[in-house]
Amino acid sequence: MIPAQFDYVAPTSVEDALAALAEHGDDAKIIAGGQSLLPVLRMRLNAPEIVIDLGRIDSLRGVRDDGDAIVIGAMTPHSVVGADPLVNEHALLIARAVEHLADAQVRHRGTFGGALAHADPAGDLGAPVRALGASFVIQGAGGTRTVSADDFFVDLFETAIGDDEILTAVRVPKHTGWGAHYEKFVRVAHQWPIVAVAATVRVEGGAIAEARIGLTNMGSTPLRATAVEAALAGQPATEDAVRAAAAHAAERTSPPSDLNGDADYRRHLATVITRRAVLAAAGG
Amino acid sequence: MTRISLTVDGAAVSDDVEPRMLLVQYLRERLGKTGTVIGCDTSNCGACTVHLDGTSVKSCNVLAVQADGGEVTTIEGLAQDGQLHPVQEAFRECHGLQCGFCTPGMIMQSVDLLKENPKPSEEEIRLGLEGNLCRCTGYHNIVRAVQHASGQGVTS
Repeated sequence: MIPAQFDYVAPTSVEDALAALAEHGDDAKIIAGGQSLLPVLRMRLNAPEIVIDLGRIDSLRGVRDDGDAIVIGAMTPHSVVGADPLVNEHALLIARAVEHLADAQVRHRGTFGGALAHADPAGDLGAPVRALGASFVIQGAGGTRTVSADDFFVDLFETAIGDDEILTAVRVPKHTGWGAHYEKFVRVAHQWPIVAVAATVRVEGGAIAEARIGLTNMGSTPLRATAVEAALAGQPATEDAVRAAAAHAAERTSPPSDLNGDADYRRHLATVITRRAVLAAAGG
Repeated sequence: MTRISLTVDGAAVSDDVEPRMLLVQYLRERLGKTGTVIGCDTSNCGACTVHLDGTSVKSCNVLAVQADGGEVTTIEGLAQDGQLHPVQEAFRECHGLQCGFCTPGMIMQSVDLLKENPKPSEEEIRLGLEGNLCRCTGYHNIVRAVQHASGQGVTS
């Protein structure tokens, strides 16, 4: 299968990419690593007139320390994010999720910002990024704005990025020393999760002082399991205590029904996977 | 048409290509490198795996224009001076194939895996080859071949 014909530009600065985007509007599509876009183009589910490749913009790559946060460049490949020392020290949950994302070849080529901008509700990065309270740095002709993770994901494959804007970086508040685990339930290898849970906890003296939980594929966007987080605070990191808190995991979710399972099955699965994820994150 | 220049299996090449041309098409149709095969055409099976700038990628899921300026190694570039690469040798020794269709991709991904993790456990090998499907389901000998190539004992 071969994509329909398109023109191609590979600008070397964000400004030039924005100019190309402004010139071509709806006829343009941005390509980051292309691991989600190219299958779509090959199946001809989308046929842009021009593809704007961000792959030559060096300033969009890399992870840097920014005081109370780390900043992950939108074009940083998954494999680089997962191995990055700053990510592993300050946002372990992201490293844990990246390990389970697709397969090695896709992790080499796919990018952190590309996957998040694609906003597939079954994608593995939305839940950890929401759980960690990240914010999204979006650049347009008028300058740069920052959008919280709670506001970034709008709907299925829809984000707060405007038609004339580009996601340049994701800012992740440091969660240094927090335990983390990404528990993914799949039917076969390297598939999209039926349900997955991203859990990160701060354990103090055997008790869970704070917890942050994100849910993958439990609605049209990645979700935050705030009821579980509240129920876990101050609880001992024991099986019974975590099981009781995890029973709230499906509250205020609207999971899809498909061939992998109906919504009720996913609601049940969310409570089980949340318990496993929290216990693993707490080291239990 | 867009002009691209890259290195493929050690040789400099330069061509005008349509932007929509996939890297695997470029390798096979323009350069005649048919050792890299197209399996599923949906980026699932990994049969088309090559190395781009030192890491494994699925060449059906990369545009040729994205590889401009890059360095590509295919299964045809692994052997040096008539000597099979140790991973190729191990696949032969352990009979890590049945029909052979997935073999180019399996070998290219195994080389990448061993570069990052020279002594992988059996589980790490299976996870590392997660993106490569063998339609004969001949995974056991493939895992044994990677163990053999890494100089470790082979699972019986």
